[in-house]
Amino acid sequence: MSPLLEVSGLAKHYPVKKGVIVQKQVGTVRAVDGVSFHVNRGETLALVGESGCGKSTTARLVLRLIEPSAGTIRFEGKDVTKVEGGAMRLLRRRMQIVFQDPYASLNPRLTVGDAIAEPMVVHNIGDNASRRAKVHELLRLVGLAPFHAERYPHEFSGGQRQRIGIARALSVEPDLVVCDEPVSALDVSIQAQVVNLMKDLQARLGLSYLFIAHDLAVVKHMADRIAVMYLGAVMEIGDKGALFANPRHPYTRALLAAIPHPDPARRGRVTPLGGDVPSPMAVPPGCRFHTRCPFAQARCKQEVPELREITPGQRVACHFAETLPDPGLDYTGGLTEAATKRLALYDAARRKAA
Amino acid sequence: MQPDLLRIEGLRTVFKTSSGLVRAVDGIDLSVPRGKTLGIVGESGCGKSMLSLSIMRLVPPPGRTVEGRVLLEGRNLLDLSTAEMRQVRGGQIAMIFQEPMTSLNPVHSVGRQLTEAMHVHSPGLNASALKDKAIAALKRVRIPSPERRFDEYPHQLSGGMRQRVMIAMALACEPRLLIADEPTTALDVTVQAQILDLLRELQADTGMSIILITHDLGVVAEMADEVAVMYAGKVAERATARELFEDPQHPYTLGLLGSVPRLDEERERLLAIDGSVPPPFAFPEGCRFNPRCPFAIAPCRAELPPLREITPGHQAACIRAPVENALSLESAA
Repeated sequence: MSPLLEVSGLAKHYPVKKGVIVQKQVGTVRAVDGVSFHVNRGETLALVGESGCGKSTTARLVLRLIEPSAGTIRFEGKDVTKVEGGAMRLLRRRMQIVFQDPYASLNPRLTVGDAIAEPMVVHNIGDNASRRAKVHELLRLVGLAPFHAERYPHEFSGGQRQRIGIARALSVEPDLVVCDEPVSALDVSIQAQVVNLMKDLQARLGLSYLFIAHDLAVVKHMADRIAVMYLGAVMEIGDKGALFANPRHPYTRALLAAIPHPDPARRGRVTPLGGDVPSPMAVPPGCRFHTRCPFAQARCKQEVPELREITPGQRVACHFAETLPDPGLDYTGGLTEAATKRLALYDAARRKAA
Repeated sequence: MQPDLLRIEGLRTVFKTSSGLVRAVDGIDLSVPRGKTLGIVGESGCGKSMLSLSIMRLVPPPGRTVEGRVLLEGRNLLDLSTAEMRQVRGGQIAMIFQEPMTSLNPVHSVGRQLTEAMHVHSPGLNASALKDKAIAALKRVRIPSPERRFDEYPHQLSGGMRQRVMIAMALACEPRLLIADEPTTALDVTVQAQILDLLRELQADTGMSIILITHDLGVVAEMADEVAVMYAGKVAERATARELFEDPQHPYTLGLLGSVPRLDEERERLLAIDGSVPPPFAFPEGCRFNPRCPFAIAPCRAELPPLREITPGHQAACIRAPVENALSLESAA
């Protein structure tokens, strides 16, 4: 069976122009520069990377909110890169998005009920009464109550607004939900609530997620497969287990090492990656990561490394993926016995209360 | 042993609003040892930023600090005149914020903003001496080619660079205390690691103390020597960083720990804290965490629990701590 979503060689280049009257192109921002991946039915693919790596642009390209400069997008095996008009609208119903900022993505003048019903109105689904019933059902589904439909967004906290955003995306019963950093703006405790909710919904409704994030720790809980992006290109893609157990790209390793670990005993064990992400207007030649890579050699400055399969299900764009030294990543030893025991009691008490 | 650099005693900051009296900081006692880092953790709305503004006497009206003392090397900052306080801010105490873009003036060059801060605190220096000093400050926060950066504008710098400029500015007058309010929240993880590394190094060089305000327990574990967990304007738990992570006592701390996705374990569901922080004009009766606490019993709803010592140097404001003892007593009864 073909995957639900398949993109290949996807690119988005923005021309940079100068001059007021006579404009000429002085450069190109290569926001997304030849990205390929697929999302299977019912699975979560996470796109991870630092700001400016092109992950959000990729999400918008997939939804056709912006037009790609090159590449193809296939949905259920059908090429949808150039679909227009009514066919596009039908497609939109099946791909929805949850945005990062729950404060900016809801219209403050619409009641929550109207906001959730809006996609159904746009797509001509049901009548007023059936939409109302659906809104109430969705509110319950995301852990809110039907009476919340009459309220306005400002009456809700960030976590509750993100639940509303999720309910709105689900109102038209999509197959694919693109989640653009859905929890990055939330407090940790609320992040956990929303991550749990999204996992529950996936299990119940068989959703596929394209999950955009910069936080590998959150991704570890959400994703089945992970694609690590840097400066508009995929550096490494693979099953979550393989990627965490045996990251083969130096950038993936640097991202993993940079996560602050809640264990003071591990303090200062890693040397952070130096430098900043280069401008996408001046992508370095050869391997685009070579300017920050601790293992870079002469070859890396000239030759672009292909994304190649290292082990089944894991592909890496690095010339030296096989010969890199052991990353020395050690996630163990985090929680003491006392802490583990109390966390278990906390969990048990929470379940009992619920 | 030297006395603590900063002692906060019974600090209380309130806002009179139409919805009622908002108790943003509600009777806080804390101390910051010399050359060490105190981490203050909590969710948004727990009062941690208001606490730092109260220390700096920068609480926006209608807020007012109504009680308590803030002793910097024995001197109560709350008794100082406005002019004296201005000397303390940016002098002995400096502050950096979450969003370096909004804290820098976009229409002035980096160099001009840096020299301005230096000029205020050492008016004797001439322009070229100030420039040398500013470039040295940029070099110290490891900004590459500082001579070029001196003439650039904030929009030309990356987020990490801007935060470095803010740190350079804050350290220009060699403060004894740096208050860092979510200094890395807006940054990418790799840049966050660089900034934390830089702060640790600068602390080792200068011997300054740091108050680090964050919602991220991972950042606390990386940086802090001592930790105060705040909830709804009060301290819920206080301990050394080591103790807090090894022997967490307060249910709120447990909830925060459980919410952090960890790389060292396969867990299907994260241990979230149910509900959200109550608005400060509607704190619940009794322990403020009780509506969200899975261990809450009747007395928790009746009376505000005081901060009490559980083990030496480790305090928690919870009558149920340690929970395993409380629970086993109950099941025996």
